[in-house]
Amino acid sequence: MNELIEFISQNMQMLYIVILMIFVGVEIIGHVPAVLHTPLMSGANAIHGVVIIGAILVLLGVNPENYLGQALGFVAVLLGTLNVVGGFVVTDRMLEMFKKKKQ
Amino acid sequence: MNYIFSLEFIYLIASMTYILGLKMLGKPGTARKGNLIAAGGMTLAILGTIFLYQGEVPTYIYALIGTAILIGTIIGWIIAKKVAMTKMPELVSLFNGMGGASAALIGLIEFEHYTGNTLSIATIVAGIIIGSISFSGSMIAWAKLNGTLNKPLRLPKYNLLNNLVIIGLILFAVYIAWSGTDSQLLLYVLFFVALAYGVLFVLPIGGADMPVVISLLNSFTGLAAALGGFLYGNMVMLTGGILVGSAGTILTFAMCDAMNRSLVSVIFGSFGSGGDSQAIEGASETMTGSIKKTTVSDAAILMNYSQRIIIVPGYGLAVAQAQHAIHELEQLLASKGIEVKYAIHPVAGRMPGHMNVLLAETNVDYDKLAEMEDVNPEFKNTDVVFVVGANDVVNPAAHTNPSSPIFGMPILEVENAKSIIINKRSMNPGYAGIENELFYNPKTSMLFGDAKSVIQSLISELKGM
Repeated sequence: MNELIEFISQNMQMLYIVILMIFVGVEIIGHVPAVLHTPLMSGANAIHGVVIIGAILVLLGVNPENYLGQALGFVAVLLGTLNVVGGFVVTDRMLEMFKKKKQ
Repeated sequence: MNYIFSLEFIYLIASMTYILGLKMLGKPGTARKGNLIAAGGMTLAILGTIFLYQGEVPTYIYALIGTAILIGTIIGWIIAKKVAMTKMPELVSLFNGMGGASAALIGLIEFEHYTGNTLSIATIVAGIIIGSISFSGSMIAWAKLNGTLNKPLRLPKYNLLNNLVIIGLILFAVYIAWSGTDSQLLLYVLFFVALAYGVLFVLPIGGADMPVVISLLNSFTGLAAALGGFLYGNMVMLTGGILVGSAGTILTFAMCDAMNRSLVSVIFGSFGSGGDSQAIEGASETMTGSIKKTTVSDAAILMNYSQRIIIVPGYGLAVAQAQHAIHELEQLLASKGIEVKYAIHPVAGRMPGHMNVLLAETNVDYDKLAEMEDVNPEFKNTDVVFVVGANDVVNPAAHTNPSSPIFGMPILEVENAKSIIINKRSMNPGYAGIENELFYNPKTSMLFGDAKSVIQSLISELKGM
């Protein structure tokens, strides 16, 4: 229990961010037309590719003798990149069509 | 001065681009720019993480990271560019799974560095569980949308089994965090059980509910990324992850709303579980009336002498790649002075808005796409409704049959039109696996065949009139 209280007091800043971000996320999605639900989901999908930052940090900090760790880290960066690049490119492709229609 | 170029500042900018990008994605006019802004922020954050890292790193590690990013970029780019727009929902699912797997792998590697630190281990273990479920669940969702797995697969007592597995998983995770064990074996067991749970979780859910599942797993991956942010005290992972987690959850509820389904009934499967399945069987038994078949030339004549036609496109249209043909038909009819519109159900296709994207691809005029609420009162003044590859979204059972699994779902009330032409490949029930009494309606005529070739024959018939 003490550990938990200590943790909370040490990470107050992060907890603030978590709570504020929850509200930001809710507000942003609030009144989006159904037409844009699919591109929005796809865009959000690309953004959680931010997990790649963690994968890069793992590889940067991995013990040089930990070959399994390096292999898994390599795969993690690769998969994270797929998430980011694929996610943003496919969202752009969807939205490109919406734009054409307006002209 | 130095501070301005620091990593923290780059992360701050990246976090802002995610919020701004997501906000702009919500408006048709700014959506594309919003996506590019978020992508720019992501690139900045990735480059910053690599080049501003404080610490001794062997050169080959940089080579390793560079290679992984290069391969990932090439493969991701090619897949995203090559895959047909009709396959888009499963693509989102696939990429979502990749992110989940990445989060789980991070946890597997970092575990040994935090032994003894209960809260960090708890964060890691939670990341592994959520990431793995998101990965294996997304792969099953992908296979289902792909058609590889097209029937809901239910083990006996699957709800009980699934609940036992998830409770066991959580207890196991608590044990690992609390006991301070450094056993890699236990961690891998946890990893594989979580993977198995993802499979068990998605398998029993019907194909029609897949968009909701993908959206839910999308927010799971966001949460897994945020847990990584917590572990490293990394602000950009935290903001990006939580943002997607929360936005994804709201989006999930919005999709459930559009289908008049509660999230609980999606997950615990009210589609054909227990008493419901008997009700469905009972309902299908009563539908023994006769159906009326029609020919292309009869349908063409009917259309030619109409004043108002409404086209109801469904996923069948997309599968047959008939979106260009339907646009041509619509223009041809309009040139004969007939008023033509498209009625778009919010969940037509495999995802909300999917049909709009497909029709936009063919340059269909935006004004011709009518939303459900606007178009429903118009059906009674419509001469012909042409339903192409849609089924559940026009099933009157949603209004009339309380025992139907889709009872209460808002539908396009096409049965109010003067006549209805339904194009389907066969009499197979729709994605939700339920019979449709609309086919037996005396006003309905069935035009069997592949959507694309049927529409093309209609066009050539109409041109000759």
